[in-house]
Amino acid sequence: MSSESFDAVVVGAGPAGSAAALRLARAGRSVCLLERGPFPGAKNLFGGVIYPRILDTILPGWTGEAPIERRVTRRATMILTDTQCLSVDFRSSSWGGEAYNGVTALRPRFDSWLAGRAVAEGAVLLTSTTATGLIRTADGAVSGVRTDRPDGDLLARVVVACDGVNSFLAREANSAKPPSPEHYTLGVKEVLAFAPEEIERRFALAPGEGADFEVLGGTGGVAGGGFVYTNSETISVGLVLSVRDLESSSRRPEDLLACFKANPGIAPYVSGGELVEYGAHLIPEAGIAMMPELAGDGFLVAGDAAGMCLAAGIWLEGVNFALSSGAAAGEAAAAAMAAGDVTKAGLKRRYTALLEAGFVLADLRRLRRAPELVLGARMQGAYPALACNIAERMLTVTNPEPKAGLRSIARAELKRSGLRLRDAVRDAVSLVRTFG
Amino acid sequence: MTVSPLSAMAFEDRMATTEFRVSGTPHIVVEGDSCRGCTTRACVIACPAGLFVPTFDGGILFNYEQCFECGTCYLVCNTAGAISWSYPEGGSGVVFRRT
Repeated sequence: MSSESFDAVVVGAGPAGSAAALRLARAGRSVCLLERGPFPGAKNLFGGVIYPRILDTILPGWTGEAPIERRVTRRATMILTDTQCLSVDFRSSSWGGEAYNGVTALRPRFDSWLAGRAVAEGAVLLTSTTATGLIRTADGAVSGVRTDRPDGDLLARVVVACDGVNSFLAREANSAKPPSPEHYTLGVKEVLAFAPEEIERRFALAPGEGADFEVLGGTGGVAGGGFVYTNSETISVGLVLSVRDLESSSRRPEDLLACFKANPGIAPYVSGGELVEYGAHLIPEAGIAMMPELAGDGFLVAGDAAGMCLAAGIWLEGVNFALSSGAAAGEAAAAAMAAGDVTKAGLKRRYTALLEAGFVLADLRRLRRAPELVLGARMQGAYPALACNIAERMLTVTNPEPKAGLRSIARAELKRSGLRLRDAVRDAVSLVRTFG
Repeated sequence: MTVSPLSAMAFEDRMATTEFRVSGTPHIVVEGDSCRGCTTRACVIACPAGLFVPTFDGGILFNYEQCFECGTCYLVCNTAGAISWSYPEGGSGVVFRRT
């Protein structure tokens, strides 16, 4: 039986895998980039906005060629109840220029483009091929992957697992903890078609500019959040739902999403669009708490497979974490090969040094309490209602009654909410400690 | 055909918007018999593709063809051995749109 042999095999041609393959190829290493879909990105779904600054270092000059939908110039955080909507709505025209902050994208297009760039650097892309397991040497070091192709064994000095949130390879390598529902949220999303001018009219945008709405509340009592993003000719609307909460609820995801779309704060933006795609994907939510062992002998893990995704309220980032960790894994693997040391120690030292020098571990560490805080019962239910009720009373003109001050309204509403002051103060302290 | 009072469209029509290249080999196998003792039925609620359908005799009917490959079912399943889960063979399964 014949086996193809490479310096490195990267499993998964998402942003982590393509960044890893690109770095390896650029270092002069032979690298095979495996993708189980018929094209890169076929299996990938996100909200989604990409914060692409990290691409400046990986692919200088990417801006003219990446298939982006719109440049985000408007970011709103909305707090919803069934009848109220309180927003912090920020716009910056500088984000529409060269120094842009976030871009909306559709992953099948974006991931295909990025994998193409890895191929242009010399990586060999193999699509429609599922990695079915690890190949190991007699002493247990990883030495390749088995695939579902006939004669499909691929041998390599280093295997980089970028096989996504359900990483079977990280689990097989015993580097991942058994999956636990509280570490994940389920994203469900609809893509709705509109004329570009209609999108620009609804969201008050100039041509080419985009909006990013992140929403707290409106998830039908299931912990999570919602989102609305503008693409060129479509709007993405969806929910991120706590898997633990969803399983004990009696509401199905598409019903919760239908409710969200019908909410008076959301409906004016999304009503009337033709559904052109419905999809779902798991999100690794727990960061450091779910992070697997990042290296083994001949083995590295990056991207969602390594729990490297940031889900922290106003910051929802994944593709940039995947790009950065994938590039670090590729660079570490190339350096370890050059030094002739692809043992666990040799790979891990180089990989963690590169990760420590970047934002991935620093952000995940600093915001490690954020998911728990944001998905907590008070943050999900009582606080959105409290904030909306205070706003409503401040903004309701009660003539002939004289106006009440903010403090007396807040005190009255806090009392009516049933929240204990002690809990509210403690949550405020953790909020400041986490985000401050 | 089930139409939720809140959804404007039938669930079948919703699922028909997404492309699935169906493989001849199921990538998820559900042991319907081991589901008879299950009281939570979390998969029935949580699967975003609605692939788990309770049967009149207390079992579960499952069809893999329109699976998003998300992994929610095995995360929520409490019955050991009820769901065996892998990825579909290369090139098949869900294909999200490029345009």
